[in-house]
Amino acid sequence: MSQQISVRIDNELYTATEGRTILQVAADNGRSIPTLCYLEGLSAPGSCRLCLVEVAGVGRLLPACTTPARSGMSVTTNSDALAHNRLMALELLFIERNHVCSVCVSNGHCELQSMAQRLGMTHVHLPYNFPRLPVDVSHPRFVLDHNRCILCSRCVRVCDEIEGAQVWDISARGINSMLVAELDRPWGEAQSCTSCGKCVQVCPTGALVEKGQAVEEMTKRNRIVTDLAVKRGART
Amino acid sequence: MKTIVIDPVTRIEGHSKITIHLDDAGRVTDTQFHVTQLRGFEKFCEGRPFYEMPSITERICGICPISHLLTSAKACEAIMCVRVPPTAVKLRQIMHCGQVIQSHALSFFHLSSPDLLLGFDSDPARRNIMGVIEAHPQLAKDGIALRRFGQNSIEGLAGERIHPSWTVPGGVNAPLVAAHRDRILAALPEAKAITQRTLSLYKSIVDRFSEEIEYFGNQPTMYAGLIDGSGNLELYDGHLRFIDAAGNVVVDRMETEDFEQYVGEATVPHSFLKAPYFKQAGYPDGVFRVGPLARLNIVARCGTELADAEFTEYHQRYGKVAQSSFHYHHARLIEILHCIERMERLLQDPAILGRHVRAHAGVNALEGIGMSEAPRGTLIHHYKVNEDGAITWANLIIATGNNNLAIGRSINQVSRHFVDGNRLQDGMLNRVQAVLRAYDPCLSCSTHATGQYPVEIRLVDADGAVLDSVRN
Repeated sequence: MSQQISVRIDNELYTATEGRTILQVAADNGRSIPTLCYLEGLSAPGSCRLCLVEVAGVGRLLPACTTPARSGMSVTTNSDALAHNRLMALELLFIERNHVCSVCVSNGHCELQSMAQRLGMTHVHLPYNFPRLPVDVSHPRFVLDHNRCILCSRCVRVCDEIEGAQVWDISARGINSMLVAELDRPWGEAQSCTSCGKCVQVCPTGALVEKGQAVEEMTKRNRIVTDLAVKRGART
Repeated sequence: MKTIVIDPVTRIEGHSKITIHLDDAGRVTDTQFHVTQLRGFEKFCEGRPFYEMPSITERICGICPISHLLTSAKACEAIMCVRVPPTAVKLRQIMHCGQVIQSHALSFFHLSSPDLLLGFDSDPARRNIMGVIEAHPQLAKDGIALRRFGQNSIEGLAGERIHPSWTVPGGVNAPLVAAHRDRILAALPEAKAITQRTLSLYKSIVDRFSEEIEYFGNQPTMYAGLIDGSGNLELYDGHLRFIDAAGNVVVDRMETEDFEQYVGEATVPHSFLKAPYFKQAGYPDGVFRVGPLARLNIVARCGTELADAEFTEYHQRYGKVAQSSFHYHHARLIEILHCIERMERLLQDPAILGRHVRAHAGVNALEGIGMSEAPRGTLIHHYKVNEDGAITWANLIIATGNNNLAIGRSINQVSRHFVDGNRLQDGMLNRVQAVLRAYDPCLSCSTHATGQYPVEIRLVDADGAVLDSVRN
């Protein structure tokens, strides 16, 4: 039987099962830490940096989604410095590509947009990149719009870990990173794609969407992934 | 030789300037109408999935987004080869009427009534909507109320007053709720009463402007607009008709996809706005006017009772073909009345609450053209897509663009008559701007393409001498 541990989160003492992450322990106790790349039921890459928290005695910030809670740990999930960092991370996501909410099919149903509202992002203080990026409409049922992609890799993970098709990957490095189907071919030509649409459902923005959905019409059902994972007993 | 530059022209939508050239005696020798802004929609839409176009292109304008939305949706439906469910067509027509009402109200009450009620020569500091509120508070309230009625009607149907996403390729994405219908119907009598008393007022003052009527674009041109199956006024759908200056039908019941056979587009060196012309007459002679004046000239009648009575009186006053662009104002008021009646008729039809409001399809044609009557005239969206549905080419021919040549000639006529370079007065230049206002131009709508306009950069020294110039 797993061992029970005591963890302090924002000065409240909680009992948790060993092996649970800080994010999970917080969620188990009704505390919500901002996340974007994390999705329950998939592995956690800790890449979006929104869930960074302060751990007493540790000289750097740690991602709550990948850091296991340890007995005696004291975690701060909200502070002025964390709020500043999260806002900066979010602003960097907004400037990297072309996020134009008003004409986006996911307007009103977008996790990036909701996060900006939640964190009180009123301005972007850095210049926008305005990169010229393609829209892949080659798939008969779905569309990949690189302009709206935040490289969270949920699609990569769901295709690998749940569907088992491994269509998606992230190519190149840093600012040049791009989501690619198979070895960088048009999505419609990817022979390993089963057209299951799980990547579309887990995508937090309007980057992966159903074809034919007009502006503001694209709603996602990312719970199907969590439910599938639970049913398969892969993760809880 | 002297030059007078009016920059910017006030109380219009968008940015423009007018240049008036004078000879040494102070007489007007030439005029130019420059649209000084560029939008670029046709270029940056390339690569987008076609079904996003209605919501992207409606962002062209905050005043007539519904026209772009509907025309774009129709172009998309030509690509999809679908028939929009009849209920959705009617709902779109109601929304379109709401927009024509609010847009026409904006033009008449907010932008042009200061000239008409306070006078072309009145104090420019008070010659604006605030001055109208002071001098004619009831009329100002009426204008605001009428505009609100139009906007509220759009909101009742589409959920938002400006830039709604309710209209989608194939129809609309939600049926009408009875409560919203009843709310629009309840507000309708007041809107009708306002329009009727404004028409009475206008008819009581119009004769004061005989000199302006004589010189405000009082020139023979062709006219174009959509007609329904009976040759009556049609704003949403229908076929294009061209008539000549005498009222003879030149082209009738033109199919949308044939418009390029008749309409050419010329680029002019002094403006970002292209100049469409009637191909068979060539450029620059193929001048045609669109919008309320043109529509009431080409149709047999409006097709609704009260508007038809006004329509008959209108033509008794101005003849079979109302030629002066001053009459745009009167025609605009009659169209408001027609739209209110049309809305009433459509909303009272029980079928308007039908649940089947959308058709679905993918790419079934690689090219699509949509055409409708925007408040300012005939609007055309023309798209080409690849087999996956990405836009490869787009061309938008905007109502105000169709009037470009006519506007230029009208400005010339007004300037030659009213402007005297030796004793320049504000009222003279205001009349030059007022003729432009009569067209209710939406210049922010009208300029789209990029890369094909001649742009000239001049390097000028302190004394004004041109040292160097570069053209693209």
